[in-house]
Amino acid sequence: MSNADIYHEMIIDYSRNPINYGKIEDHDVTFHDSNPLCGDSIDIDMKIDNDKITDIKFHGKGCAICMACSSVLTEIAKGKNIDDVRNISKNDVLGELGLENLQAVRIKCALLSLKVLKFALYSYLGKHLKNSQDVDKLKEEATSLY
Amino acid sequence: MQSAQTTFENIRKDFPILKRTVRDNKPLVYLDNASTTQKPTQVIEAITDYYKNHNANIHRAVYALAEEATELYEKTRDKVADFINISNREEIIFVRGTTEAINLVAYAWGRTHVKEGDIIVTTEYEHHSNIVPWQLLTQEKGAKLEYIGMDDNGELILEDLDKLLGTGKVKLVTFSLMSNVLGTISDADKIIAKCKAAGVFTLIDGAQAIPHMKVDIEKLDCDFFAFSGHKMLGPTGIGILWVRKSILETMKPFHGGGDMIREVHKYETTWNDLPYKFEAGTPNIADVVGLGAAIDYLSKIGMDNIRQHEIELTSYAIDKLSDVKGLHIYGTKDISKRGGVISFNFADVHPHDVAQIIDEEGIAIRSGHHCAQVLMERLDVSATSRASFYIYNTKEEIDKLINSLNKVAKVFKL
Repeated sequence: MSNADIYHEMIIDYSRNPINYGKIEDHDVTFHDSNPLCGDSIDIDMKIDNDKITDIKFHGKGCAICMACSSVLTEIAKGKNIDDVRNISKNDVLGELGLENLQAVRIKCALLSLKVLKFALYSYLGKHLKNSQDVDKLKEEATSLY
Repeated sequence: MQSAQTTFENIRKDFPILKRTVRDNKPLVYLDNASTTQKPTQVIEAITDYYKNHNANIHRAVYALAEEATELYEKTRDKVADFINISNREEIIFVRGTTEAINLVAYAWGRTHVKEGDIIVTTEYEHHSNIVPWQLLTQEKGAKLEYIGMDDNGELILEDLDKLLGTGKVKLVTFSLMSNVLGTISDADKIIAKCKAAGVFTLIDGAQAIPHMKVDIEKLDCDFFAFSGHKMLGPTGIGILWVRKSILETMKPFHGGGDMIREVHKYETTWNDLPYKFEAGTPNIADVVGLGAAIDYLSKIGMDNIRQHEIELTSYAIDKLSDVKGLHIYGTKDISKRGGVISFNFADVHPHDVAQIIDEEGIAIRSGHHCAQVLMERLDVSATSRASFYIYNTKEEIDKLINSLNKVAKVFKL
């Protein structure tokens, strides 16, 4: 894959018209993170009811890759149970957009929102779950994502 | 003597890296010179010659090699002194780069002289290296960090400085001579005159200015001056801190260790003479030698010729870029007030995407916050694209940049 090929129709469309973009004022959990080197910055808000993600929105600033991946990720997570969302992998997001071979320097753009989502769940579960070992595993996953 | 024109036409031959191609066999167009510059053969060979023929530790051993190494190292100190017009070579300290130079001042001068309630003044267009060390110092000391604001033209608002100096609490005003994002050349004469009148020290971050224009420190009359070798054709890992001797004499050491001492006893130590008191441990000898070769190279071309070449390139680039629909250039368009650094944004396309698409054409520009997040906040953007020029760049390369932007427009359907 040539590096320029990553800018296909879907990426450009999502970057111009992101899905699930915005804020949820009465969210049950919110999390923010940024990439120190490029300045991309993403917030994710979620409504969680009966262990189900009933609503999810993101907002922030980022490149086309970051915006497209955030759109795709929130679309995957919406309506799913926490356990399923916990298991969303890098390739679930990258695969959806044909970015499996994205060069290392741009991976952090693509996966910032997944990192934020995992940290958001960690923060939510930390307050609502008893099994702290299980929760810590999630934190580790989020930390070591890229 | 060659004419300036011939000199610039021949310069590219001296830079081996400019012969290579990148990506899909595209000639390299290197436009990230504010970040680091490429190295001429003369610099590369000076470093290899040092390792091949003269390598030894300096200052103490009596054998021939050590004598040669010491001479090469100290000769560069004299070259630096000439280059920035300083009469006292003891005031020139070799450090790793501008960042270490500023940290050295914050640590070795700041910790002795800055007290609770004092004010350190920096500016809104500083690199993180001229903000963070002062945050660390002021937080530790219970002092305050204040900013000279920037107007919409990318120039400093000197009324802010007047107000701050009026408090009588300012200990140091620190600013870059040229912004690494906007290319703005600070009005150093005015700032320093105001500070002198108020009895306040000035530190200049010269990292961006020194490679591109004649800098005469004696004439500037500041108190501290910092710059890096790698932005002026020299190797990475070597930089200069100049400090006025009367101030250096009041400063405690930065690092303790070998070479910075006179006598070490079990519980006390006396310090070596200046500048060695501030050069602990085996220094970066080979890269000091490389820096010496870079200074020779630049001096041969002449700093005024370099500035003229960049003025031509920059005004050409500003003209061409201004014609690109949807492209916004930050900072002043008055060429006498800016260096060869152009930050821009292209419609709603994120700078990372711009940089990646034009990289396919072999064009290397920078995208991001350029280690100047305070400035990004002031401009209300998360990032910019930045093209920055040097002696080996040509108008043809600027044309290639403009053409590649058409590709960005096509991909993003602008």
